[in-house]
Amino acid sequence: MSLASAYVNGVGLAGPGLPSWTEAQAVLRGEQTYAPTELAMYQPSLLPPNERRRASPAVRMAFRVAEEATRECAADTLATTFVSADGDLQIAHRICAALATRERFISPTDFHNSVHNAAAGYWSIATAAQGPSTAISGWDTGFAVGLIEALSMVQIEGLDTLLVAYDLPAPEPLWTQRPLAAPFGVALLLSREARVGTWGRIELQCTAGTETSLDNSALEQLRLSNPAARALPLLCALARRAPSELDFAWIDDTTVRTALIPV
Amino acid sequence: MSLLAITHYTVTSALGHGRDRHIAALESETSGLAQVRFDTCELACWLGEVAGLDAPLPPELAAWECRNNRLAWLALHQDGFFEAAQSLRARYGAHRVGVFIGTSTAGIHATERAYAEMGTSLPSWFDYRHTQNIYSTADFIKHALGLQGHALAISTACSSSAKVFAAAYRAIEMGVCDAAIVGGVDSLCLTTLYGFNSLQLLSADICKPADTTRNGISIGEAGGFALLEKPTRVKSHLHSLLGYGESSDAHHMSSPDPQGRGAAQAMQRALQRASLNAHQIGYINLHGTGTKANDNAEDKGVLSVFGAETSCSSTKGWTGHTLGAAGIVEAALSLLCMEHNFLPRSLQTRDKDPELRCNVLLESQRAPLTRVLSNSFGFGGSNCSLLFGMNA
Repeated sequence: MSLASAYVNGVGLAGPGLPSWTEAQAVLRGEQTYAPTELAMYQPSLLPPNERRRASPAVRMAFRVAEEATRECAADTLATTFVSADGDLQIAHRICAALATRERFISPTDFHNSVHNAAAGYWSIATAAQGPSTAISGWDTGFAVGLIEALSMVQIEGLDTLLVAYDLPAPEPLWTQRPLAAPFGVALLLSREARVGTWGRIELQCTAGTETSLDNSALEQLRLSNPAARALPLLCALARRAPSELDFAWIDDTTVRTALIPV
Repeated sequence: MSLLAITHYTVTSALGHGRDRHIAALESETSGLAQVRFDTCELACWLGEVAGLDAPLPPELAAWECRNNRLAWLALHQDGFFEAAQSLRARYGAHRVGVFIGTSTAGIHATERAYAEMGTSLPSWFDYRHTQNIYSTADFIKHALGLQGHALAISTACSSSAKVFAAAYRAIEMGVCDAAIVGGVDSLCLTTLYGFNSLQLLSADICKPADTTRNGISIGEAGGFALLEKPTRVKSHLHSLLGYGESSDAHHMSSPDPQGRGAAQAMQRALQRASLNAHQIGYINLHGTGTKANDNAEDKGVLSVFGAETSCSSTKGWTGHTLGAAGIVEAALSLLCMEHNFLPRSLQTRDKDPELRCNVLLESQRAPLTRVLSNSFGFGGSNCSLLFGMNA
């Protein structure tokens, strides 16, 4: 029995060798060879200059995919769910390093950017969206947890919802304890109604299963390199517009099974 | 109408361990704030420190060892909550009880200590995943209670552990779980002390919400939890979640919209969700941090939704601002106030700011109280209002 469903009316993507959803689709369909080239720096277009200056790489990553997924809709009416396993470890590193010095000078900007909902806050400012917005973590199963949370906004609150999952590798020395191999971000615009050109409808259920892996070994390696990249099987299916059933790791032997029904 | 039955709850803060200490402190007007020294902090400030965090975690949970999880463990064991949670697990099954935990900084104090000790590499005792990581607190509670279902951390700064009620309601309605353990835990750390100090929001004086001379927050630590079930699945219940409202300021990262529009939207949505009018609410537990900006903005927000008559106060003069735990602390205080027909005054407020027009209580009152609204607002403009009711 399906718990919830929504149309995927927009997609955003960024990871090594996958600079945007538009550019990545041929790779995800298997028509082009995957080459994990480094991502170029991104300047969020929706942030006012002051905020753009203050935005951290993690916020830029969230904006990069959120801007792409919402290019063709009114972003101010959306609810948002931001998922990050780790939050901004570059800032946590700078703050903890500063606290270990005699002066203990913390940059005020670093402090207010250190909150887990920094990207959510900047996004609401940039889009003038006053709806519900949340920032969550589910460790390595965060993508499945985020799908549930975002779909519950659609299903129970009746709000079109932007799901953004992103994580960046930590700097040393934290990297030794959390060795993410690559930055990754994904955004899904989840809506109650299909728009022209929708990528299809997804239906969620929680069921016994094992998580779906990818045949392409380089993409499979990427999938395992970052909690947000666990979304890759869904992205591959969306790019193919192929009816699919995909299992995302959730709890122990139970997965969040996501059926994609192309429209 | 009851959205969810609240079948058990507990709170631990600077006021003490468990509910009795909290209502006693409210009634006797005894603040938990004191000029104590935390760790190596050299800032002049008042703190709401929880006593009794010296004992290590039990060996089977030692991986999660840090101040935040010690506080979680201590709080779980007050008011018979641990046993009530076990009974909930037995009734619904370990897979069907969700865990929704708010925190703003989790166990980052462990990382601060690790960096202070660090030579060429991090000390061997440091465990990022089980302490600093924002999910670690939810993970710890899930393991401590032997649960195997949906679990997540909500971290939206100071609205975190208010938003857990809304997320749990949606998950239960959707069928992801049948019941929920919601709560929040935030513990003292240098990051928030020096961080709020860098923003000039940390008061050297004891915090004085709504006072003319207020000049910032006093930071506290706390943990609290509640059990939530569908009203149709319990025989009887005293307390209910009647409504909730979430909104975003869309204004600024660290200061509220001066007009309080986002705050007003959260309160309005909570009333709408509960199908109640403003005049049906007996008391508002304000976010009331004691900064100029928060108290001014919240006042405008409350005024626009409730007018100037509804009794309201902040309880942060007692507990301090417990940040990611503020939502659950003030939810628990709201429930306690209904049980005891007690409307607390605004502690340390001697000279109410004439610019504030809401009915901030300067004397505590005894009066029948069956519906309370509790506000929690955070950095990034994240707002959440909760509406609680008590069955008469």
